[in-house]
Amino acid sequence: MSRAALTLWLTPFLARPIALIGLGVLLVMVFAAIFAPWLAPYDPYAMQPIARLMPPDAAHWFGTDQFGRDTLSRTVYSARMALLIGSGVVFFALVTGVPIGVLSALFPRLGHVLMRMVDVLMAFPSLLLALGLIVILGPSVVNSILAIGIGFMTTTTRIVYGLSLRLRAETYVEAARSMGSGTAWLVFKHILPNLISPLLVQASFVFAFAQLGAASLDFLGLGAPPEIPSWGNMLAESRTFITRASWLLFFPGLMIVLTAFSLNLVGDALRDRLDPRFRDVFGGEG
Amino acid sequence: MLKVSDLTVSIGAEAAPVDIVAGVSFEIGKGEILGLVGESGCGKSMTSLAVMGLLPQPGPRIRGGRIELAGADVTQLQPWQRVEAGHGRIAMIFQEPMTSLNPVRRIGDQIAEAVRVHDGISGAAAQARARELLDLVRIPDAALQLSAYPHQLSGGQRQRIMIAIALACRPQVLIADEPTTALDVTIQVQILGLLRELCGRLDMAILFITHDMGVIAQLADRVAVMYGGRIVETADVGPLFGAPRHHYTRGLMDCMPACNLGVRRLPTIPGQAPRPGAIRTGCVFAPRCRAVQDQCLAAPPPRLALGEGHEALCAFPLPAGGAS
Amino acid sequence: MSETILRVRDLKTSFDVKRSGRKYRVQAVDGVSLSLAAAEVLGIVGESGCGKTTVGRSIVRLVEADSGAIDFKGTDVLGAGGSALRELRLNLRMVFQDPYASLNPRRSIGDSVAEAGDINKVFTSKAERAERIAETLTAVGLEPSFASRYPHELSGGQRQRAGIARAILPTPAVIIADEPVSALDVSVQAQVLNLMMDLREQLGLSMLFISHDMGVIGQVSDRVAVMYMGRIVELAEANTTLNHPKHPYTRALMAAVPRPDPSQRIAGAIETGEPPSQLKRPAGCAYAARCPLVSSRCLVEAPELRTVEGRGLAACHNL
Repeated sequence: MSRAALTLWLTPFLARPIALIGLGVLLVMVFAAIFAPWLAPYDPYAMQPIARLMPPDAAHWFGTDQFGRDTLSRTVYSARMALLIGSGVVFFALVTGVPIGVLSALFPRLGHVLMRMVDVLMAFPSLLLALGLIVILGPSVVNSILAIGIGFMTTTTRIVYGLSLRLRAETYVEAARSMGSGTAWLVFKHILPNLISPLLVQASFVFAFAQLGAASLDFLGLGAPPEIPSWGNMLAESRTFITRASWLLFFPGLMIVLTAFSLNLVGDALRDRLDPRFRDVFGGEG
Repeated sequence: MLKVSDLTVSIGAEAAPVDIVAGVSFEIGKGEILGLVGESGCGKSMTSLAVMGLLPQPGPRIRGGRIELAGADVTQLQPWQRVEAGHGRIAMIFQEPMTSLNPVRRIGDQIAEAVRVHDGISGAAAQARARELLDLVRIPDAALQLSAYPHQLSGGQRQRIMIAIALACRPQVLIADEPTTALDVTIQVQILGLLRELCGRLDMAILFITHDMGVIAQLADRVAVMYGGRIVETADVGPLFGAPRHHYTRGLMDCMPACNLGVRRLPTIPGQAPRPGAIRTGCVFAPRCRAVQDQCLAAPPPRLALGEGHEALCAFPLPAGGAS
Repeated sequence: MSETILRVRDLKTSFDVKRSGRKYRVQAVDGVSLSLAAAEVLGIVGESGCGKTTVGRSIVRLVEADSGAIDFKGTDVLGAGGSALRELRLNLRMVFQDPYASLNPRRSIGDSVAEAGDINKVFTSKAERAERIAETLTAVGLEPSFASRYPHELSGGQRQRAGIARAILPTPAVIIADEPVSALDVSVQAQVLNLMMDLREQLGLSMLFISHDMGVIGQVSDRVAVMYMGRIVELAEANTTLNHPKHPYTRALMAAVPRPDPSQRIAGAIETGEPPSQLKRPAGCAYAARCPLVSSRCLVEAPELRTVEGRGLAACHNL
């Protein structure tokens, strides 16, 4: 990416400091996920019955849970699960949503059928849909991704469909058709490249809401197996200690909120970057 | 009726303003049509918005000059302030009638709305006045059209409706910003004829903005040519076309394909128009002028009075006598 | 007279249009026949809704015609498929009206200019491709370095030049120019028109030049076809059409063109009415409602093009 392009993408963040904070939080999260073994002071699985339910102190910054496991370490390791779920859901939503959306726009008859099927899926509240799928497929991390992903696939498909319809009517696409381009050429040279920017924005929001969906599933015991540290699991296990050891709910809850919030801020900044009204402010390239 | 003196509109920071309109002056009397002609980016639309008090906020602002409407100084007044002070009899029509009309309201209601604001009447009286206005702009079957929606009408009819709405305030000054550019040429002729008729009948002053020299020749009594935010030539329409004195005006006329088949290659003005603020010293047109001299690049050109209301912003204007 | 390379016979194209919930069939092109010779410029002029753009789009098969025949150097255009269609696509190229919309903002100028060649695998090597892009850019008056720039860095006139470059790489036989200068300033218009005429001479191009601007049409055309409501109402040498128009519509059109000469003002208001709605076409001649020569025959029978005064064709019963 050229220097000019990099500046173009950073400017909306520089213009809104709070978006920079959001970006910062995300980068910290990614960093924590990657370097968890070095950052976490203790083994997240290690149980120390002697140090059970200790409030935050010098030895355990975030306190310990009922098994004596260090909350800070578990919180840091949970970032991995968050990243995994988020990426998995975004990947699934894009890999299914984009082809369905693009093909529906290019082949109207097929499109009508497919979009009605998507409509049916959208009629279900997303959490209910996810729950239903988990019940059929059985709880696991992969199934969580699929179950949450299906819900986001529908919105992604809708967005891609609308954008593709508009792109199909663009003059430069007509020009390509008049020169003999086939559907593949139109898709890969004209439609997909123009979808990247809006999809980037969509991805950040999907990532954010995937966290909430995953936390809900984990909380209900239908997501990741309970031993695996994830913020949702941590919340589930700490339910009974809400009055005695509130730190056990506070930190994972805070992380869920912080992650979703930061992703929304980043998504907003990216969307402003793409808004044509701000194009003159941030730079010409679409 | 409308007197603009040394109007400057700028954008950008206070410390380093960029002038998009610089030192523009003109005057339009009752029953007179002034044509403001120039290409895109020359500042003609900004000038009209400034005169109306409709500069988009935030952004461009009037940095200098005066705007006088029927003798009253309205330079710093917002539209609603003007109406309150009784200086509100100025109206504007735009290029795209479809976007200026509300698609979900009937024509009669939209005209009546304007009537209500200016005449204070409502209900049946407003509708009756709306009907009068439609007759004034020569819409056939006015009674029927009152209940029509914008999308049911053609482009030409919509533009007439726009004019009717503009006439609701009995304007002393009418600003028309490219009102016929989006219309077919056979409809354009009708609208231009209508404007000329209304100008005489209602004793209005009309500021007609366009990029089309042909339309200017058809309609205007006097012409002001704009380039780079400045008026480079002002004259009565006959002398302007017969003997243009500014090199840009000459260039503009020469490069028009005007239905004469003799010329195979059109003369052109080399290069392209400058961005606002790009040219800091000397004449704005100098980089593209065929008759440029050293002095033109160094010092701003004088505004020369060439007799009989003919002015040119040029140190070395073309000779009188209009050699082609 | 050079040989005819493109022949259009009785072309008809229609569209479905939804208005206020109802479906209408609009006959955009209603039986158009014309021919184009090598290195000739045929101007098609008319106002909005006359079908001139649809004629151009039907020829390059951006829209499928309902009926009629189009013949290019012996090849049937409307029925072609496969490699024959590919050949045609390289030879019948289009220049579009809006320079701000006709280039993909995410592709470099070079990629856009070379697109026809890329799609049809015309280039044998990267080096050859780069060279031909540079050549073509120079031919349209752009620096070869523009190949790596993006549309937003170019002005309207420069973008339109890029659009023209795209239409001539590789060199076609016919260019269909759909209002190529209508979105440009007058001074830029002149530059681009000169460019198109220069290219026509250098490359021996034929052109179908579509425009609503009589001045522009008169400047570039050898012959002119005037269209109204989907039909050609007059077809003659440019000089004849512009200076001695026969058909009442052409006369009204020429009378309405604003000349830059204050001494030639259009006197009075020419109340010529408005075109009928495309959704409800009248029987007989489409111009009857506005025509000063209208007679009872005009209301029932649509006139055919026939030779008038020994030169040029006009479709009117009363000439």
